[in-house]
Amino acid sequence: MSATFEHPSPAVCPACSVTPAAEALAAVPQDARLMLSLPGIHCAACISTVEKALAKTPGVHSARVNLTLKRAMVEADADVTADDLVQVLGRVGYEAHELDPGILASTEADRASKDLLMRLAVAGFAMMNVMLLSVAVWSGAEGVTRDMMHWISALIVLPAIVFTGKPFYVNAWAALKHGRLNMDVPITLAILLAVGTSLYETIHSGEHAYFDAAISLTFFLLAGRYLDYRTRASARSAAQELAAMEVPRAILRHPDGTTEKVNVAELAAADHVLVKPGGRIPVDGYVLEGTSEIDRALMTGESLPAFAGPGTAVSAGEVNLTGPLTIEVTAAGEDTALHRIADLVAIAESGRNNYTSLADQAAKLYAPGVHILSALAAIGWYLYTFDMRVSLNIAAAVLIITCPCALGLAVPAVTTAASGRLFRKGMLIKDGTAMERLAEVDTVVFDKTGTLTMGAPHPVGLSEMPEEAQGVALSLAAVSSHPLAEALAKGLRDMGRLPVPLTDVREVPGYGVEGRWNGKPVRLGRAKWVGADALDMTATFLQIADDTPHAITFTDSMRPGAKEAVEGLKANGLRVILVSGDTRGAVNRFAAEIGIEDVMAEALPDQKAARVAQLAGEGAKVLMVGDGLNDTAALTAAYVSISPASALDAARVASDMVLLGKDLAPIADAFETSVKARARIRENFSIATVYNIVAVPFAIAGFATPLMAALAMSASSITVSLNALRLR
Amino acid sequence: MDVLVILIPVSLFLGAVGLAGFFWLLKRGQFDDPEGDANRILSGDYDDKPKS
Repeated sequence: MSATFEHPSPAVCPACSVTPAAEALAAVPQDARLMLSLPGIHCAACISTVEKALAKTPGVHSARVNLTLKRAMVEADADVTADDLVQVLGRVGYEAHELDPGILASTEADRASKDLLMRLAVAGFAMMNVMLLSVAVWSGAEGVTRDMMHWISALIVLPAIVFTGKPFYVNAWAALKHGRLNMDVPITLAILLAVGTSLYETIHSGEHAYFDAAISLTFFLLAGRYLDYRTRASARSAAQELAAMEVPRAILRHPDGTTEKVNVAELAAADHVLVKPGGRIPVDGYVLEGTSEIDRALMTGESLPAFAGPGTAVSAGEVNLTGPLTIEVTAAGEDTALHRIADLVAIAESGRNNYTSLADQAAKLYAPGVHILSALAAIGWYLYTFDMRVSLNIAAAVLIITCPCALGLAVPAVTTAASGRLFRKGMLIKDGTAMERLAEVDTVVFDKTGTLTMGAPHPVGLSEMPEEAQGVALSLAAVSSHPLAEALAKGLRDMGRLPVPLTDVREVPGYGVEGRWNGKPVRLGRAKWVGADALDMTATFLQIADDTPHAITFTDSMRPGAKEAVEGLKANGLRVILVSGDTRGAVNRFAAEIGIEDVMAEALPDQKAARVAQLAGEGAKVLMVGDGLNDTAALTAAYVSISPASALDAARVASDMVLLGKDLAPIADAFETSVKARARIRENFSIATVYNIVAVPFAIAGFATPLMAALAMSASSITVSLNALRLR
Repeated sequence: MDVLVILIPVSLFLGAVGLAGFFWLLKRGQFDDPEGDANRILSGDYDDKPKS
């Protein structure tokens, strides 16, 4: 034993080896702190795989996974970007998304929930000690001993209740100032009345003091408040901060040829804007110089990239794919098509009916009911005995016995259990009432591109190509960042093809890639460019020397779990509709494959929203699932909405729930869980009501004792929590 | 009953120690990742020496 102490090894003295490392870390100047969302991790092996993969990446100093939040925090050199790490994790099989660490580091929500937890701990400490003293009173302490117990209880409870009950007092005061009643008003009244009468009783050596009831009431309510807060706040912050926001900046080209980065808001019509390949077009306008292809998927839902050359009209929100473009602005800022969609969202938002949650409905019935009941009891007893002390004691007993502990826990306990279950399956709930609304849904509207499909093409029938043609195609495709070329290169590499040596390879923006192979010219690109007839589906063409061009066709692969989600929803008796901005042929083919009969193709953004509004007008409760800008208005107009994590920021903000992973299957699960959750909430209200119906007559009749109040309160709170846990 | 004079302060003191400990742990971030910590004991990564 002593030998170990004489030669401290790192294993014996952790602090020795940890401290120098911590100092070294602190000395490293201004590292980048990156935060990644990892929807797929779930076990110990995941943690070590992810941490090891990240630690091995050059430039990364340390990586720590948080399994509870499904996030990884990385400290790295300033030049390491989140994209690099996302790719590293993709190679070891984990899906990752970037989070904005600046906003997440120590958010308002985080502090507020720690504050609530602190108050909860103090309430728990005070409650346990007071209960200990109360047991002595309940088991028959008399005279001086009882008074002493009461006095010590008062000394513990008075400061504790001032500190722990603050959230309720503040809310109640705010409600009263505006002439309204909320759940916090009866809570505050019950606490103040209980403490007040108990203090009076203690001073006058009375028999009953409700200190224990007052503090345990606060404890149970704080527990409910904390659960509620944590579920909603953490989900909301994570959903909004997934991935970086679009930076509203553009490159302005002055007439003398110099360029300057400016805010999009400063652009005016007739300005010339430069858009680099991969950049999002910031304005409406037409192409002045350059050729390229543009991706309109997010605006229109079209899966095919469109050609853009001088004279082509483009609109804000589209993505420039291959070559640099100079655009003459026709409309910027508020006049763009993009902004008109935002306006549609605003209109739909204002039309959204104000949903009253089950908790609010209960509070509306409960708050006035309890006040009237205890006031009547007080008046009745005063008229009967003409003793203010007795009547106030009865009023306090009624308020405590009817305490909304069970009501306060009924909803948060269930939503915590349900949203925890959904979070483990990869779904974030942003809006507190979303789950209740989801339970009422009877119609589901899906968007196609990017929602039911991956939004990324993958090549079909590659093995039918001659082997050497495959090699040529790979060499050509590898130099381009066009989505079709990237998909083709990946497809060929997965087949084990190796690139063949080419010379004079160059990309012709807007058309394709060309080069020379064994002295023969080779081309990969658009139909017209290689001299072939265009097909009605996504395709690229490979031409070797003057041979007949070979067509390589692409399909948009279905998202994993899409079929299960659609089948699951149908099995639950829901009507499933597909609404897409893509061409009729593509939409019909896809609908047949996934098994949706009700189809609407070539829908413009406002038509999508109108379709949702029309369904709502027919009395349907619509769930909208979509990812694009063209879906945002429909997402907002729907009764409840879901978007995948890959969706555009605007779409995620507009939706109530966000799918963290690629998999769509949790949608069907979410529906079933929310139906169950609603049933549990209703059961919990029934349980709380039954307790009140049994206990209130005792309280009004004046038979209630502090022991009874403590038992009723604990028993109802625990039953309600256990009932909620059945959901997990 | 005289023993109460000692026992009650002792019980209050012990409770307060627990409370202070909880505050300290909360500040240290011990409750930030309960699920991860539960799983980390299963990995053998730092069995030979602590993470440095």
